[in-house]
Amino acid sequence: MDATLNQPASEPVEEIETYLLLEALHRRYHYDFRHYARASIRRRLRQACQQLGFASISMMQDALLHDEAVLTRLLDFLTVQVSEMFRDPGYFKAIREKVVPHLQTYPSLKIWIAGCSGGEELYSFAILLQEEGLLDRTLIYATDINPTALETAQKGIYALDRIATFTRNHQRSGGRTSLSDYYSSAYDRVVFDRKLRERVVFSDHSLANDAVFAECQFVSCRNVMIYFDRPLQDRALGLFRDSLSRRGFLGLGSKETLRFSEHADAFTEFVREEKIYRRRDA
Amino acid sequence: MMPNGAKAIVIGASAGAVQALSQILPRLPATYPLPVVIVVHVPADPSGLVALFASKCAIRVREPDDKEPIESACVYFAPPGYHMLVEDDRTIALSLDEPVLYSRPSIDVLFQSAADSYGEGLIGVMLTGANEDGAVGSAAIIDAGGTVLVEDPEHAFADTMPRAALARCPSALTLSLDAIADRLAQVGTI
Ligand SMILES: C[S@@+](CC[C@H](N)C(=O)[O-])C[C@H]1O[C@@H](n2cnc3c(N)ncnc32)[C@H](O)[C@@H]1O
Repeated sequence: MDATLNQPASEPVEEIETYLLLEALHRRYHYDFRHYARASIRRRLRQACQQLGFASISMMQDALLHDEAVLTRLLDFLTVQVSEMFRDPGYFKAIREKVVPHLQTYPSLKIWIAGCSGGEELYSFAILLQEEGLLDRTLIYATDINPTALETAQKGIYALDRIATFTRNHQRSGGRTSLSDYYSSAYDRVVFDRKLRERVVFSDHSLANDAVFAECQFVSCRNVMIYFDRPLQDRALGLFRDSLSRRGFLGLGSKETLRFSEHADAFTEFVREEKIYRRRDA
Repeated sequence: MMPNGAKAIVIGASAGAVQALSQILPRLPATYPLPVVIVVHVPADPSGLVALFASKCAIRVREPDDKEPIESACVYFAPPGYHMLVEDDRTIALSLDEPVLYSRPSIDVLFQSAADSYGEGLIGVMLTGANEDGAVGSAAIIDAGGTVLVEDPEHAFADTMPRAALARCPSALTLSLDAIADRLAQVGTI
């Protein structure tokens, strides 16, 4: 009988292709998706293949290696840019009511929005800090790996039809002013006030490769680590722990938790329902 | 014909879901040997599904956090506004990817990832619903060697979803809600 019958079931071809493409992407362009949650990556590579018109992931890999234009398009499949201003208003409300009183005790503040996407979360923070009288003494770092998203964030321009949701969220977050105070509209778009980003540093920074760059009092990293596997999530959380000042604050997405992380003990729950944690220091 | 090697159940339902699930989930014992992972289309606000079913069921009912291990004897409802996937290491993965067929959570997304992970050990159940979500995912389950049970469209509250699933999956079994409940309750006891 055929000797191959005694071998363990072979790995699906698609798995091999996925592994090789992620390896190629890393070696050629230094984008490291090798430790992203595999189920999502699989789904997005299948989509990319289909929509970019490749017959297989291997064919896509060939194009990727030889044509940099394919990289930009693939990145838009691999990094999910879904965001909203004041997403989960309860999170921002908790920051206003419970975290701001602590932040007010600092003469100057640094806040890091990790995985800021097109800037929706960043402008939410800037407006909240302005309303609470803290914006002038705060430096905000807004980082992401997607260059198109960072560009959008820097411009602060959004489609007009998104403003209704943004406004409703802002009000529910306990906003003290009107969102329309912060943007001007032109045709079907709105532009957020440049004052909001005067003290913002935009930067390409990957939680998968890069190191800590500043000491911050608050890190907000929402709905980014859901795309990571556990080892990569632990890497990112290690960066946040090292970046936070004594008893600094860490905010996560509403379905994210430190419970399954090796760094769980480095933090305490500060506002449990809103996934706001605080660095544990003696 | 129910596979003995069953490892997990996935269920998809939309319009009429609460009624249909109320005939199934309360029949599962507290010691049910498999996990049950469910997508119900709901309006974007807190669904209340967990509270509703926890009060009716012996089996544990949860809305999982990201990366939560998938355990037997537990029902997992997808959180409103998130896709829910099964990872290869049998943990829950949530995602904010764009809606699929206007739905997030999407049944197709759950079924496809669970089929990748559990293969022939997966049982998919398609219940009432007024759109076609779940048809592609059901086909993925069958392709991976799993089993698909579909609520009889003749008696379903909304028949579009079960009909779409049956059209894509000729080898799926058409059963009444009661029969589906019987089959699921028996899994693992034989
Ligand atoms: C779903 S969006 C979340 C946006 C925003 N934080 C929110 O909650 O609305 C995920 C973002 O994470 C970014 N991202 C993915 N991998 C990353 C990495 N390794 N380092 C930094 N950002 C990353 C993506 O480009 C995308 O902008």
